[in-house]
Amino acid sequence: MELFRNRAGGRRARRIATFAAVTATVALIATGCAAGDSGSDGGSGADGSQTITFIPKQLNNPYTDVVLGGGEEGADAAGFASSEVVGPLDASASSQVSFINAETQAGTNVIVIAANDPDAVCSALEEARSGGAKIVAFDSDTNPDCRDVFISQVVAKDVALIQTKLIAEQIGGSGQIAILSATANATNQNEWIKYMEEDLAANYPDIELVAKVYGDDDDTKSFQEAQGLMQAYPDLKGIISPTTVGIAATARYLSTSEYKGKVALTGLGLPNEMRPFVKDGTVTEFALWDPAQLGYVAAFAGKALADGDITGAEGDTFEAGDLGEREVGADGIVIVGPPTVFDADNIDDYDF
Amino acid sequence: MTQTAPPSPAPNAPAPTARRAGRSRFGGILRLRELPVAFALIVLVVVTYAANPLFLSPQGTKDLLLNSTIMIILAVGQAIVIITRNVDLSVGSILGLVAFGTGSLFATFPGIPIPVVFLIGLAFGMLLGAINGLLVTIAKVPALVITLGTLYIYRGLSNAWAGGTQYFADDRPEAFGNLSVDTFLGFPVITLLALAVVVIVAVVMAGTRGGRDLYAIGSDPDAAKLFGIPVGRRVFTAFAVNGLLAGLAGVLYASRFNSVGATTGNGLELDVVAAAVVGGVAIFGGSGSVVGAALGAVLLTTITSALAAMRVDKFWQQAIVGVLILAAIIIDRVASLRTARRLRISEARDV
Repeated sequence: MELFRNRAGGRRARRIATFAAVTATVALIATGCAAGDSGSDGGSGADGSQTITFIPKQLNNPYTDVVLGGGEEGADAAGFASSEVVGPLDASASSQVSFINAETQAGTNVIVIAANDPDAVCSALEEARSGGAKIVAFDSDTNPDCRDVFISQVVAKDVALIQTKLIAEQIGGSGQIAILSATANATNQNEWIKYMEEDLAANYPDIELVAKVYGDDDDTKSFQEAQGLMQAYPDLKGIISPTTVGIAATARYLSTSEYKGKVALTGLGLPNEMRPFVKDGTVTEFALWDPAQLGYVAAFAGKALADGDITGAEGDTFEAGDLGEREVGADGIVIVGPPTVFDADNIDDYDF
Repeated sequence: MTQTAPPSPAPNAPAPTARRAGRSRFGGILRLRELPVAFALIVLVVVTYAANPLFLSPQGTKDLLLNSTIMIILAVGQAIVIITRNVDLSVGSILGLVAFGTGSLFATFPGIPIPVVFLIGLAFGMLLGAINGLLVTIAKVPALVITLGTLYIYRGLSNAWAGGTQYFADDRPEAFGNLSVDTFLGFPVITLLALAVVVIVAVVMAGTRGGRDLYAIGSDPDAAKLFGIPVGRRVFTAFAVNGLLAGLAGVLYASRFNSVGATTGNGLELDVVAAAVVGGVAIFGGSGSVVGAALGAVLLTTITSALAAMRVDKFWQQAIVGVLILAAIIIDRVASLRTARRLRISEARDV
């Protein structure tokens, strides 16, 4: 490889670099000023010109697409002038920061974010708030200090408990289980896992959680982690995968291996993705909420915040369109609804 | 995998002198490139097996072979390109595009015959590889930069094309998915396919004029040109073949894994280059073999499985891969220093 071919071009390169630096600085100053202006305009908020932007963990993720579909529908219904979706293509901790900064500069009124890392996005969100933006966290919370409200699918504890209940039923109440999660620092998964561990210790003394592994929400990695679990724990009776990518990858592996039907699998999955595995007997039951409602409520919460109807304090209430009234609970958390359990009988009723 | 001594025009050495240095000693140096990888692989498998016998259970062995399959094909293609002193960083994106294309084909034309899908996938991959080849040979910009560009362009295309759409194993015919489940004489069908690729490419690289030309180009592009080797055409072909193999890998990916979408194959390129380098393909071109690259691919994928089977934290895995890359480079350096010294001695004797 000719890595350093252009050795003679040093001086010219330096000149170009200087030029680029100057241009960039000018551009930054210009956009910075513009952002300040429109930010303060937006803050005072002429009705009907409010803007909302959704920043998911990762674009082109099928689950996220359903959430965002509900979000855009909600944004329309709530009366936002425009709604946008921006975000990174990979779900890494720092990848969302530049998108938040861009929204701050654009003077967006409401930023709805699913944090890849609760703290990494904080300083950028603080800056957006000081520019007048309202911050709604959804799906995966940020540090509570950096947002106004958090829209939670369901009570975190309920999500955890339904999964431990399902696995306990499927393995007959005793034996070894493992958890195959998303990234090691995913806020929501870690919270569920914490509740699962508590629930297992308290209510299922015969079930032993032998391992927690992380597939990073990547098909290939989750696949190999599932294989590793089967080899490392030959007596494993069940796997909980509280992430849609993980459960689908694990199901694919189990369904193509000798472990099909012998090792139980449950967790959180998308009906469309899990349908073949429910029909071929790899998976008997799994759970999820309706993701579209999550985005829908987030949009209405954003509207209520931007209009000044609520501040995110405990006890505030707002209308969430067709879904009716929602109340802000402790720590600024708004709950959308209970989880649904899918099995061979009802899975065809859902299309997401 | 017993290609112990590829024929003479050897690493960093002009052919005539190499012959004078004596075949047997040269064989030793050549073997040095693949032997450590093969040795490391055997040690790894044996140690893991001792710690956890399930590692080599029928299912475990099948998983090991299947895990390596796609990486073997990619590493072989990458080795061809690296041997010419180039690199192709866009293979992950090519694989992603072809894998998603495969999913779309089955979804759009439900009854499409599987061989046709393979042909389309191969042609699509070759087209994308040929674009790389054209840009590299015509623009005369280092391949590192060109393929870094096409990495993002191809990834952008797949994001624009796929959006949030994903195709699942369910959308594809069962016979297609079964390619990566069924075995023949204990070997998964697609692994046999990968082995065939290794053998064919190894024979072409070692035994044909075109293959030897690639080594000459990688050793010294200017000398190769003076010697009358059509450098541009050969490099273009190397990229096109690499694209073709990445296309094959993409179709197989769709057969093996559940979902194909916009992010399929993301970040794969560095693993592929690492596999080739660990397998003894010198990053500055001119030496190494596709068998070595294939062994490197098997070694790297097996490490992941071995660490999982031994319950080692997977965060160690990346550090271990890094150590292997450094070891491969040190071995390469030692080998070329020894070659140089021997050549000096033998030439001095001749004077």
